[in-house]
Order: sequence, then C-alpha cells, then structure tokens
Amino acid sequence: MNEIMVWISWLAVMAGVFFFVAGAIGLARFPDIHCRLHAVTKADTLGMGFLVLGFGIRAEHWHSAALMLVIWLLVAASSAVSCHLLARYEQLEDEQ
Amino acid sequence: MMGGPWLFDIALGVLLVVLAIASIHARNLYAGVVMFISFGLVAALTWTYLGAPDLALAEAAISAGLTGVLLFAALARIGNTGSTPFTPRRLPALLCLAVAGLLMVTLWPLARNPSVLPGMAMANLPRTGVDNPVTGVLLNFRAWDTLLELAVLLVALLGSRGLRPTPEEEPVPWPLLTAWSRLLVPLLTLFGGYLLWRGGNWPGGAFQAGAMLAAGAVLLRLNGLLPEVAWRNPVVRGLTIAGLALFATIAALTAWLGDGWLNYPPGTDNALMMLIEIIATLSIATVLTLLVAGNKTELEP
Repeated sequence: MNEIMVWISWLAVMAGVFFFVAGAIGLARFPDIHCRLHAVTKADTLGMGFLVLGFGIRAEHWHSAALMLVIWLLVAASSAVSCHLLARYEQLEDEQ
Repeated sequence: MMGGPWLFDIALGVLLVVLAIASIHARNLYAGVVMFISFGLVAALTWTYLGAPDLALAEAAISAGLTGVLLFAALARIGNTGSTPFTPRRLPALLCLAVAGLLMVTLWPLARNPSVLPGMAMANLPRTGVDNPVTGVLLNFRAWDTLLELAVLLVALLGSRGLRPTPEEEPVPWPLLTAWSRLLVPLLTLFGGYLLWRGGNWPGGAFQAGAMLAAGAVLLRLNGLLPEVAWRNPVVRGLTIAGLALFATIAALTAWLGDGWLNYPPGTDNALMMLIEIIATLSIATVLTLLVAGNKTELEP
C-alpha cells in the first residue's frame, strides 16, 4: 500500500462523510417532501459510494471490496426505488 | 479516558434510549412505528458492535423488518391517531428507576468476573458437531428452549387467526415495486439459504433464514405475484407445524430409544441438527408469512 493510495482513500472517505452530513442537514431543513427525498437519496447513493471507494482501496483482500460494492449497489437501488414510491405516494395524496 | 470507541458507545446508548422514548411518545402512531423500526436497526447495529452478529441478524430481520410490517398492517386498520400526550408521573417513574437500579446491581458482577458458561460451551463444542457456538447452544445444549420458541411462534399465529381480523382491501401494486421485487426476491432467497447453510459454522441459522424467506414471500404477496397463502392449503398447514412436529418427534424418540430427552445419539448430531434447521426454517418462514400476509377473506364464516 503506497502513500498515494492512502491519500486517495482518505479523500474518498471524507467526501463520503461530507455527503452524508449534507444529506442529513437537507433531510432536517428542506421545506417539502420532494426536496427532502432528493437530499437523503443523494446522500445514500453518493456518500456511501465514496465510503465504499475509500474503504475498498484499503481492503486487504478483493473479497471485502467486492462485498462492499454489492452492498452499495443494493442500497443504491433500494433507496432509489423507495424514493420513487414515496414521491409517487405524495403525488397521489396531493391529487386527492 | 474518553477515546474514539467510548464516543461511539455513548452515541449508540443515547440513540437507543432516545429512540425508545420517541417510539412511545411520538406525535402520532405512524411516527411511533417509524421510531420503533429505527430502534430495531440501531439495536442491530449495537449487537454487531458488541460482537453478536447472530443477534444482530435476528434483530434486524424480525424486530425491525417483520414486526415493522405487522405494526404498519395494524396501523392501516385502526387509522393514524395521536398517541397519549406525555404526562410525567412520579410513582411509576420511581418504580422504573428502582427496577433499573436493581438490574444494574444484578448485572454489575457479570462485568467484573465473566460467567463460566461461555467457557464450558466452548470446551464442549466439539461434541455438538458444529463450529458455531451459538448454533451449538441453541440446537444442542439448549435445544429445549428452541423447541419451545417454535411452539410460541405457532401459538402466536393461531392466536392472531383466532382474533379474526377484518379483511382489508388489497392495495394495487405499483409497476416499479413489482419490477424491483422480481429482482430482490431471488436475492433474498439466495441469502436466506446462505444464512441457513452457514449457520453450522458461522453466524446465521433457522430464525434469520426463515425471516429472509418470509420477507421475500411477503413482498411477492403484496405485489400479487404469489397466489394467496391459504390456510386451507394442506401444504401451508403442513409446513406450519412441520418444524415443531419434527423437533418434538426427535425429542420423543431420543427420550424413548436413546439416552434421554433431546440427547442426540453420538455421531448423528450434525445431521440431526441440520435436518431440524432446514425444516424449522421452512416452518418459521411459513408462519411469519401467514402472520403478515395470510389471506383474511377465508376467515369469514
């Protein structure tokens, strides 16, 4: 593990933490449900992607990196689906 | 010293207590259920952090997942009313504090000198035929407890069916959710089988695997992809009691022909435990599915 990789991994982890914090603040502060969903879904997908990148670089074996990648794909897909469902439900409620 | 790990300990502990209080005193019942599910997830995280992945898996799958769905189903029936406003009462608070203090006093010696039981369990583990101490304890040393747990699950199902819940109209599934569940359910099934298979040597086992399979079945049922799980179907009924029946039969046979109640004959431990695990998984999955998504119409006389 050379030094450049360690730096890249730190950068990625910090970026992940930044997106999670930003998403949490957005969830708490944004005015309506669509903005909040946007904030929290972006945080899950992008923040966790950066975290996985950061920890994947440091992983001792490619198995753990691959496992984290699969977890990220699952989380990203399920958060996108639940975001859509919530937004659509809200739209239905508004129309009624 | 207040280092990093301590900070995480305290954050988890505070979060658990706050979520527990919030789930009881939420603005309305919907918020309360959401808080309860969050509580289950944080509890699962805590168990993982404490090095108990078996408990964490069960907590996440059963407490946060399936209980959450059950609570939402109940909520759909009674409507989203507000919860009772919080009024501090002195006497119950004092009583709770006294009980909490008593518990702390009882548990404190455990932190100082650890119990001898883990050592004994680890020393006798080779005799159980499995490598995972949790599975060894659950299905061999304390098999009696697991048998009764299966009975409790069955009684819960029969009790809930006896209450004759009013039929609710089934929601129309959205295409997006249907497509996603087509993708997710095979993964859930695969993961359930993996948990069951690895249960002998690694964290996992019948309850976690059963909860995974049940989650998949409920998802399919809610999307109308699975025919209704009907109580009149003999296969469903058979699967419901299969786990308990097999376990009780083995117990009776070992008591009658062998060395005693649930004392497996030497050499057959591994095979017997695997058989019980597989059948119990199917049984648990069926019972949990029926609890959450069992059809209501046939309950009408």
